[in-house]
Amino acid sequence: MQIYLPIAEVSVNAFLLLGLGGIVGILSGMFGVGGGFLMTPLLFFIGIPPAVAVATEANQIVASSFSGVLAHFRRKTVDLRMGTVLLIGGLLGAGLGVFIFNYLKSQGQVDLLVKLCYVVFLGIIGGMMFVESLNAIRNTRRGAAPKRKKHGWVHGLPFKMRFRTSGLYISVIPPLMVGVAVGILAAIMGVGGGFIMVPAMIYLLGMPTKVVVGTSLFQIIFVTAFTTMLHATTNFTVDIALAVLLLVGGVIGAQIGTTIGTRMKAEQLRILLAIMVLAVCGKLGLDLLLMPSELYSLGTGGGH
Amino acid sequence: MFRFILTLCLLAMPLQAEEVVLGLSSDKVAITATFEGSDILIFGAVKRETAISEIPLDVIITVAGPSVPVTVRRKDRRFGIWVNTEVVELDAAPSFYAVATTGPFDEVMSNTEDLRHRVSIGRAIRSVGAATMAEDAGRFTEALIRIRRDKDAYQVREGAVAIDEQTLFRTSISLPANLTEGAYETRIFLTREGRVVSEFDTTIDVRKVGLERWLYSLSREKPMIYGLMSLAIAIAAGWMASAAFQALRRG
Repeated sequence: MQIYLPIAEVSVNAFLLLGLGGIVGILSGMFGVGGGFLMTPLLFFIGIPPAVAVATEANQIVASSFSGVLAHFRRKTVDLRMGTVLLIGGLLGAGLGVFIFNYLKSQGQVDLLVKLCYVVFLGIIGGMMFVESLNAIRNTRRGAAPKRKKHGWVHGLPFKMRFRTSGLYISVIPPLMVGVAVGILAAIMGVGGGFIMVPAMIYLLGMPTKVVVGTSLFQIIFVTAFTTMLHATTNFTVDIALAVLLLVGGVIGAQIGTTIGTRMKAEQLRILLAIMVLAVCGKLGLDLLLMPSELYSLGTGGGH
Repeated sequence: MFRFILTLCLLAMPLQAEEVVLGLSSDKVAITATFEGSDILIFGAVKRETAISEIPLDVIITVAGPSVPVTVRRKDRRFGIWVNTEVVELDAAPSFYAVATTGPFDEVMSNTEDLRHRVSIGRAIRSVGAATMAEDAGRFTEALIRIRRDKDAYQVREGAVAIDEQTLFRTSISLPANLTEGAYETRIFLTREGRVVSEFDTTIDVRKVGLERWLYSLSREKPMIYGLMSLAIAIAAGWMASAAFQALRRG
């Protein structure tokens, strides 16, 4: 069934969008990532104009994250206090990121920067997670007890705060810094930042994987809601018809994903996320290295 | 004396000797939520006061969507990776363009007439300043045409116009599903030996209707409300799915 999208001004298959929303929703519920880094390229591929894809994607992530976070609230796997600290940092970072983005835009080549950002960060994060979780799986097979890394410098910092759900008593500075850093990258790369946030929470802050997913979703809701409003009021590029089709699949997928996620071991969850991140990184990397079949691309006038 | 002036006038205006009387299967295209493209039948007759000429008459029909500036970028290899290097801004290119003729384009219209009336796709795209932006600006225009032809946004259909007795003509133009809103300028040229003997203009109105219209207007006129509505829908959908799954698990 073809549906004409009022803002994007293209006609697309409704079932295709429902399916895409569902798959990305499952991943979102399982890993606590918004799924923007997967969905946005997919939407480009089916012919949605990039500006509309990025804006509408933010709106869809609000829905799937909300659906996912409710499931996590019931299991009490959301660290509200940590989420709030990260969110404050994230909003500060997003503001800074938009500023950097506009500066780079005036210098040209912002497209390339975004792509390189993707390849570099996805590669580093994916690679690190893959190696770490592979080792963890090997260790559990051998029967060795998994060792938790303790970051000495993190415990020496002032402004300590107790994060009961995460079982941490650390300074607020590291989570705040993580929030700012993720916020900057998220604004430049046009995604919620879950795929950077999740590993940062696990490896830098030492939070338990089960709590990380819910907490990440919690703060993604606010960041993407903010982004949606920004796009809707300044660029008029949020396509509500597209969002509804994606989010119907997305919210159902997120519920399924959460169920799958709770039945899996933390290492398995991490290794799957790592493989997925590496796959997207590989695809983007190849796009940069291989000669494209069409050297020319079209854009709307005026914009660079 | 009066008759003499009239004769003079008729001689002075050979263009008006044959005129187009046009019909359209519809002069409005409504874009609804389930719009899948639309076929428009364009038909007409040649009205003439004089006898039919020995030289055969040709008909060229063009339909053009609204023109907007387009940026065309070209990738090149730099430091081992493919990046956008050159950019050419074309002043105005129609979002949709179809040309239908009674025969091969070169035979039904001369180059000078094409230049004057901007009929072929290449001429319909305006690119005044393009030559200063890149050495081979022409290749950027070619790329635009190639990309849009692949999407059926630009169509050249030689021989698609049927003509009977040098008087009745008809063709059908298929508008694709990915249509933008606006007034679609429809032109009909009557030619003899490549020269234009008569020209006729009309417009086909392409508009979003119903829900599509309402959403589009709301997003432009009250973006704040539109944005909040989008968020409300997202939150409601997320909550409903969560509640439904919980009920499923319990039930």
